[in-house]
Amino acid sequence: MLDWFQSLGQKGLGTFERLGRASILFANILTGLHTLIPRFHLVVYQVYSVGVLSLVIIVVSGLFVGMVLGLQGYNTLVDFGAEESLGVVVALSLVRELGPVVTALLFAGRAGSALTAEIGLMKATEQLSAMEMMAIDPIRRVLAPRFVAGFISMPLLAAIFSAVGVMGGHFVGVELLGVDDGAFWSQMQDSVDLYDDIYNGVIKSLAFGVVVTWIAIFEGNDAIPTSEGVSRATTRTVVHSALVVLGLDFVLTALMFGEI
Amino acid sequence: MNSRLVEIWVGIFVAAGTAALFMLAMQVSNLSTYANDEGYDVTARFEDASGLKVRSPVSMAGVRIGRVTGIEFDKQTLEAVVTMTIETRFDTLPKDTSASIYTAGLLGEKYVGLEPGGDEDSLKQGDRVKLTQSSMVLEKLIGQFVSRFLTESDAK
Repeated sequence: MLDWFQSLGQKGLGTFERLGRASILFANILTGLHTLIPRFHLVVYQVYSVGVLSLVIIVVSGLFVGMVLGLQGYNTLVDFGAEESLGVVVALSLVRELGPVVTALLFAGRAGSALTAEIGLMKATEQLSAMEMMAIDPIRRVLAPRFVAGFISMPLLAAIFSAVGVMGGHFVGVELLGVDDGAFWSQMQDSVDLYDDIYNGVIKSLAFGVVVTWIAIFEGNDAIPTSEGVSRATTRTVVHSALVVLGLDFVLTALMFGEI
Repeated sequence: MNSRLVEIWVGIFVAAGTAALFMLAMQVSNLSTYANDEGYDVTARFEDASGLKVRSPVSMAGVRIGRVTGIEFDKQTLEAVVTMTIETRFDTLPKDTSASIYTAGLLGEKYVGLEPGGDEDSLKQGDRVKLTQSSMVLEKLIGQFVSRFLTESDAK
C-alpha cells in the first residue's frame, strides 16, 4: 500500500518535472527566435518538411470530410425542407471546428511524430551534443526553426483544409444532390461572419500549431536516447497532442463562441 | 532534394494557404456584404424588437437597402430604439415611410421591412421613422389564439 502511494507521488512529481522542463524549453526557444532572422532558409526548409509534405493528406482528408458533411447534412436537412442551408452547415462546421481540429490531429500524426523521431534520433546519435561541442546552440539551430515552421504551417494547412472541404461539400450538395447553387453560397455568406468565424478559426489553428509543435519538439528533445526511448517519445507526441488539442479546443470555443 | 526546388514548393504552399484564406474570406464569409456600409442613419422606436439583431437586414419591397446598426433600450419611454443605416444611393425614401419587424419564413431570422409613404420630402441622416409595428412573437400569437379558442368553446 505504502509502495503504491510512493509510486503515485513519484509519477506526479515526474509529470510536474516534465512540464517544467517543457516550459523552460519553450521559453528558450522563444528567446532564441531572433537569431533565425539572418538564417531564414532554415525555416524555409522546415516549412517544406512540415507543411508541404503534409499537404497531400490535408487536401485529401479535407475533401472527404467536406463531402461527408454535405451528404450527412443534406440527409438531415431535407427532412425539414431546409436543404438550402447545407452551405451554412458545411462552412460553419469546417471553419469553426473541423478545419482547425482535424488539421491539428493530422498534423500531429504526420508532422509531429516525424519531428519527434528526427530530434530524438539526433539526440540518440549524439548529433545535438556534437553541436554543443562546436559551440552551436542546438535549441537555436535545430529546435527553433522547426517550431517556427509548425507555427507558420498550421494555419495555412487549416485554411486549405476548410477551403477544400467547402468545395467537397459543394460538389456533393450541388452537383450530386441538386441543392440550388445560388442558395448554397448566399446562405453561407449570410451566416458565416468574417470576424466571429473565420478569424477565430485562424486563431484556433495558430494555438494548435504552437501546442502541437511544442509537444513534438519537447518530446524529441526529452527522449531517452535509445531506440526504445525514441519510439515511446513518438507515441507520446501523438497521444498528448491529440488530447491537448481536443481539450484546448473546448476552452477556446468556450472563450470565443460560448457565453459562459 | 535541391534547395531551389524546396523553396519553390514552400512558395507554392504559402501561396495556396493564402489563397485558401482569401477564398474563405471572400466566398464563404460575409465580407462582400461589408462593402456598402456607408450610408445615413435612421432611427425607429418599437414596442417590441425581440429577435432583431445588429446587422439584421433592412429591406424595402424585398430588396435589402441597409442594415440594423444599433438596438438600444430607452428607459424613459420603455421602448426599443433601433438604428438603421440605409445605403447612400437609396436617398429617396419618403418621410412617412413606416417600419415593421418581420420574420423571414416561419422561424427564420428577423428583419426590418420598410413600406413607403407618400410624402414629397425624403428621410435624411438622423431622422426618425414614426410609424412602426413591432415584431410578431409566436408564443404571444399562439397564446391569443388558444385563449380565444377557449372562450369560444366555453360560450358554446
